[in-house]
Amino acid sequence: MPDQVLFAMEVTLNGLMAGVLYALVALGFVLIFKASGIFNFAQGVMALFAAMTLVGIMEGQVPFSHLINATFGTDIHHFGWQVPALLAIVLTTGVMVVLAWCVQRFVMGHLVNQEPIILFMATIGLAYFLEGVSDLMWGSEIRTLDVGLPQGINETIDAFTYDLFGYGFFIDNLDIVASVIAALLVAGLVVFAQYTKQGRAMRAVADDHQAALSVGISLNFIWVLVWSIAGFVALVAGIMWGTKSGVQFSLSLIALKALPVLMLGGFTSIPGAIVGGLIIGVGEKLFEFLLGGLMGGATENWFAYVLALLFLLVRPQGLFGEKIIERV
Amino acid sequence: MLDASEGFTTEDGRRIGGVVMEMKNITLRFGGVVAIQNISFDIREGEIRAIIGPNGAGKSSMLNVISGFYVPQEGEVWFEGRQRPKVKPYEVARQGIARTFQNIALFEGMSVLDNVMTGRLTHMKTGILSQSFWLGRAEAEETANREVAERIIDFLEIQHIRKTPVSRLPYGLKKRVELARALAAEPRLLLLDEPMAGMNVEEKEDMSRFILDVNDEFGTTIALIEHDMGVVMDLSDRVVVMDYGRKIGDGTPDEVRNNQDVIDAYLGVAHD
Ligand SMILES: Nc1ncnc2c1ncn2[C@@H]1O[C@H](COP(=O)(O)OP(=O)(O)OP(=O)(O)O)[C@@H](O)[C@H]1O
Ligand SMILES: [Mg+2]
Repeated sequence: MPDQVLFAMEVTLNGLMAGVLYALVALGFVLIFKASGIFNFAQGVMALFAAMTLVGIMEGQVPFSHLINATFGTDIHHFGWQVPALLAIVLTTGVMVVLAWCVQRFVMGHLVNQEPIILFMATIGLAYFLEGVSDLMWGSEIRTLDVGLPQGINETIDAFTYDLFGYGFFIDNLDIVASVIAALLVAGLVVFAQYTKQGRAMRAVADDHQAALSVGISLNFIWVLVWSIAGFVALVAGIMWGTKSGVQFSLSLIALKALPVLMLGGFTSIPGAIVGGLIIGVGEKLFEFLLGGLMGGATENWFAYVLALLFLLVRPQGLFGEKIIERV
Repeated sequence: MLDASEGFTTEDGRRIGGVVMEMKNITLRFGGVVAIQNISFDIREGEIRAIIGPNGAGKSSMLNVISGFYVPQEGEVWFEGRQRPKVKPYEVARQGIARTFQNIALFEGMSVLDNVMTGRLTHMKTGILSQSFWLGRAEAEETANREVAERIIDFLEIQHIRKTPVSRLPYGLKKRVELARALAAEPRLLLLDEPMAGMNVEEKEDMSRFILDVNDEFGTTIALIEHDMGVVMDLSDRVVVMDYGRKIGDGTPDEVRNNQDVIDAYLGVAHD
């Protein structure tokens, strides 16, 4: 097989794995958007907050220690224990559920029936607030996160492809694990939405609030539920990204990657988020590989947006979004 | 207090029981508009109670008060012998009051079966964890509720569309699916807001038959709003007549038909 084809295959595989993560982040948006019409600008910061909380808990860091020390003149920073990764993940999930409850109770609950733009602005406020809370609780230094996920080149694939093609593919173990986990999570969410009582209630709320109330569904409960799920999704995305490149502010920018995915897949479609994520993941890697040289490189920074823009011109509702028909 | 044992027997031999729902001096305003003005009436167990009146009379508003969607400024709502505190619509649904809407509110993106299954939500008790991990109880519960849903689908003769997304159905069938969803809750009180509006004669006949059958076979208490006088007179045991937010008549179809205020309202006699 010619080298170019092999390289392209390797790039496509890497792209698919990046795409699964994009899909995961986009899914967090879609869940909240479908259930409440809120475009959650804070989704990225939620990933940052979740990852910071996870690191903090694992390292036994005292939350708000700067604040406490400044107020009481103490000098405490650590509890002096380490929390195992799995337990810390469970605890962080709990924190995200509490956060979801607070968001609903203190912010979104007061804005029911407001214009989408007002809800959107509330989430911008929430994003900055949460960023501040994250700094205050856990500090703002770059942190390394290691929950025990394998990293480095996968030797098996390397050897296997070398035997097969005479060229070993470089696939990172972390990418493999991340995409398997993300795929499982996505599948789990789809099954949850499709086959459980709460999932059915979630879809009902996404479809029609009045009708949902009339069959005894508490909108408030469902909103807390979707914010909790979005929080958990943010945690998973935060773990993947944080393991790869450290937990730091730039983590919150992964939300920006989700935007073109949503434009491509449609804001209301779970399959759309998945397919959109994969298309963008593969598209940007392949494009960089094929034309990056010609274009002066670093096309990954903008490719997704241009693709989404072109797509918007042809199909404004996205691949799977509901068709927008103006009633006249 | 009303005696729950009191009641009467209709001409066709159906037993009408004590009062299940009582509205006392209800007043509801929207800004300057008085949608309901100091209205009292009751609904008895096992009866079909109609609410009629010209457009804008406040009929839907009354149904919305009963189902908790609107909160009246004044008055009391008594359900099954207890005064109901201020409640949310979903809590009313959980107390066993199901409803349909004047402008159909279905889950358009879901299949007919899924829509009907949402009607069973109030009967499903398993928590989120056992649901998530699909533990035994959750599965058994789903199966049992699925059976009820299928029975109701058979009952309303919509088996042929059970898997069809609701958005693809014609208007008349949507109305029927909405009734199916409400029935799936096995409600103690069923509220129907113009179940036959916009239907052709044949569809109306079908719907009338279903309403009578529901009342007959399950003994469900029904309150319905309807504009078609013929239908109202055929279906209902007692009728409340509203006009401009006030109650102008209350009684059997015959009594109401011969009430001068009601005749005036329907003939459009000028209000003074
Ligand atoms: N949510 C609302 N906000 C403001 N005004 C309302 C609202 N709901 C009803 N009204 C007003 O209350 C009055 C009664 O309306 P309602 O819908 O109860 O009448 P109706 O008897 O059901 O009429 P129709 O036969 O046309 O359905 C009307 O003047 C209506 O404009
Ligand atoms: Mg009405």
